[in-house]
Amino acid sequence: MADLAVNIGTLNFKNPVLTASGTFGYGVEYSDFIDLSRLGGIFVKGTTLNAREGNDYPRMAETSSGMLNAVGLQNKGVQYFISNIYPEIKNIDTNIMVNVSGSTIEDYCVCAEQINELEKIPAIELNISCPNVKQGGMAFGTSAKAAAEVVAAVRRTYNKTLIVKLSPNVTDITEIARAVEAEGADAVSLINTLMGMAIDIERRRPVLSTVTGGLSGACIKPVALRMVWQTARAVKIPVIGMGGISSWQDAVEFILAGATAIEIGTANFIDPTVSMKVIDGIDEYLDRKNIDSVRKLIGSID
Amino acid sequence: MTKKFIADWTVREIIRKNDAFLLRLVLEDENQAFPETLPGQFVQVLVKNSASTYLRRPISIHFVEPEKREIHLLIQITGEGTRQIAKTATGDKLNLICPLGNSFSLPERNDKSPKFFLLIGGGVGAAPLLYLGHRLRKIGYVPDFLLGAYSKENFFDNRPFETVGNLFLTTEDGSAGSKGYVTNHPVLETKTYDFIYTCGPRPMMQAVAQYARKKNIPCEISLENTMACGIGACLCCVEKTVYKGNVCVCTEGPVFNINELLWLI
Ligand SMILES: Cc1cc2nc3c(=O)[nH]c(=O)nc-3n(C[C@H](O)[C@H](O)[C@H](O)COP(=O)(O)OP(=O)(O)OC[C@H]3O[C@@H](n4cnc5c(N)ncnc54)[C@H](O)[C@@H]3O)c2cc1C
Ligand SMILES: Cc1cc2nc3c(=O)[nH]c(=O)nc-3n(C[C@H](O)[C@H](O)[C@H](O)COP(=O)(O)O)c2cc1C
Ligand code: FES
Repeated sequence: MADLAVNIGTLNFKNPVLTASGTFGYGVEYSDFIDLSRLGGIFVKGTTLNAREGNDYPRMAETSSGMLNAVGLQNKGVQYFISNIYPEIKNIDTNIMVNVSGSTIEDYCVCAEQINELEKIPAIELNISCPNVKQGGMAFGTSAKAAAEVVAAVRRTYNKTLIVKLSPNVTDITEIARAVEAEGADAVSLINTLMGMAIDIERRRPVLSTVTGGLSGACIKPVALRMVWQTARAVKIPVIGMGGISSWQDAVEFILAGATAIEIGTANFIDPTVSMKVIDGIDEYLDRKNIDSVRKLIGSID
Repeated sequence: MTKKFIADWTVREIIRKNDAFLLRLVLEDENQAFPETLPGQFVQVLVKNSASTYLRRPISIHFVEPEKREIHLLIQITGEGTRQIAKTATGDKLNLICPLGNSFSLPERNDKSPKFFLLIGGGVGAAPLLYLGHRLRKIGYVPDFLLGAYSKENFFDNRPFETVGNLFLTTEDGSAGSKGYVTNHPVLETKTYDFIYTCGPRPMMQAVAQYARKKNIPCEISLENTMACGIGACLCCVEKTVYKGNVCVCTEGPVFNINELLWLI
């Protein structure tokens, strides 16, 4: 039994295995399959100031070893979250963190401010990288200047752990990472989905109602791993890695590339118990390698 | 509600006909209680050995034999995923997540006032209706099945339906039953029904819903939206409803009353 605990800023995680926003509902959807309290943490569904209906169906297209989604941040708004969902999930014994999205700086700030009041939510993940909403979202994550502005503004109103989720749909992700680090982000998480597209050749029209969508799943892992490695070398704050992680081996790769913690997304759909297997697998790997703490593994490649 | 679980099921038998097949799956692991399943519920099947099939495939529960710890699936080969599932042989394992989704609504036990239920299925859409009919029969009602297909050969096996209730057929080419679509069948005019359930291609369900609306008969339909998780976590499978906006077909469905859905209005 190696020591699996890691820290992001002042926040302690019992292990580095977290679940990715938008793929894990509010956690409770998985409670029939796993003991949620064994997780290092849960990022709940992207939450916005006002309720959003999301995009029209079809919102999903399967690809080789992956999928495209265009959910479009369907959620009932932060007030609904606070009064109806938070009471149901606040006593799960793990770090429950909220993924915050918006289309204006003002939206992000008000939403973050309201979540700041919730005792059992120790961190937010600022989503400046959603490719599926027309207004904003990714617009903030694709320019260093805009990313810095929104992070600076949220930092003024939010005093707990602030994680900023980066978009891979940029020329140089390290530039954005450095910009948000400079404005006081406690950590960066990456990657969000890669912009993609699928066409139904029989009907001769795009599969997704929004034409383009976000690619996730096993197929994006090499790209994600490369970006995590680059970013971990470019910033001093911790990096949370994700993108296609489907096994403990994948998770160890990300940690070796420099990730302090990892998030599992799409793989939960195929195996709702995958997160437990990843925790156990990392533990056994460390024992086998005689490494007493996962912290010693972070970024330790030659 | 019954707990959802993930487990390997063993193929006891696979029966193939044309491009469809029936799987009799048995839950061998004695530590796993056999689930209580409701008609209309579905399972998520893991597909192995296929690079292009990444996600599980949602398939309705066709029949259940709890004493034998069996679930039956009736599947139409429509693409790579179902083609891979069709390759399984007796003794192979299939990994399922189940039971998923809501249920067709079942009436109270027969209170002697006769009630007539019509179960309309198109193609492999008939799959969930057998178990529904069986459950109606168990509470004292003899259901009518009205099944439609392009041609006689396209029916998989009608005997189980005949054992459970009365069977009416339509075929587009007239090779069995009455010629035309299900909504052209004479029984719709000669008999008065109290409740209609339907599953099949969207245009068929739409026509059935219109009939039900016209005759003022309560009607439930089962949708087959594409799914990723099947457990309400991804919000990919949504359908627009009248009062609640977008809802997940995998958790709030797949069965809906026609009055709930926007597309029928
Ligand atoms: C709740 C539910 C219950 C179902 N029950 C059954 C059942 O009992 N028996 C059965 O045979 N099938 C059932 N289906 C449909 C079945 O899931 C699909 O046929 C299957 O996923 C197709 O997989 P594939 O890899 O073979 O085909 P793919 O290669 O994925 O698709 C082949 C073609 O079919 C189209 N297609 C695939 N899935 C759908 C869909 N859901 N809606 C519209 N078009 C689609 C694709 O666009 C493509 O053109 C059910 C679906 C749902 C959601
Ligand atoms: C259906 C779906 C919905 C998602 N919703 C969100 C979201 O609301 N907010 C967010 O920051 N990321 C969202 N994501 C992105 C994931 O959190 C993750 O960054 C991405 O899927 C890559 O990881 P994976 O390959 O392990 O899934 C979503 C992904 C999927 C597949
Ligand atoms: S398929 Fe994921 S929410 Fe329905």
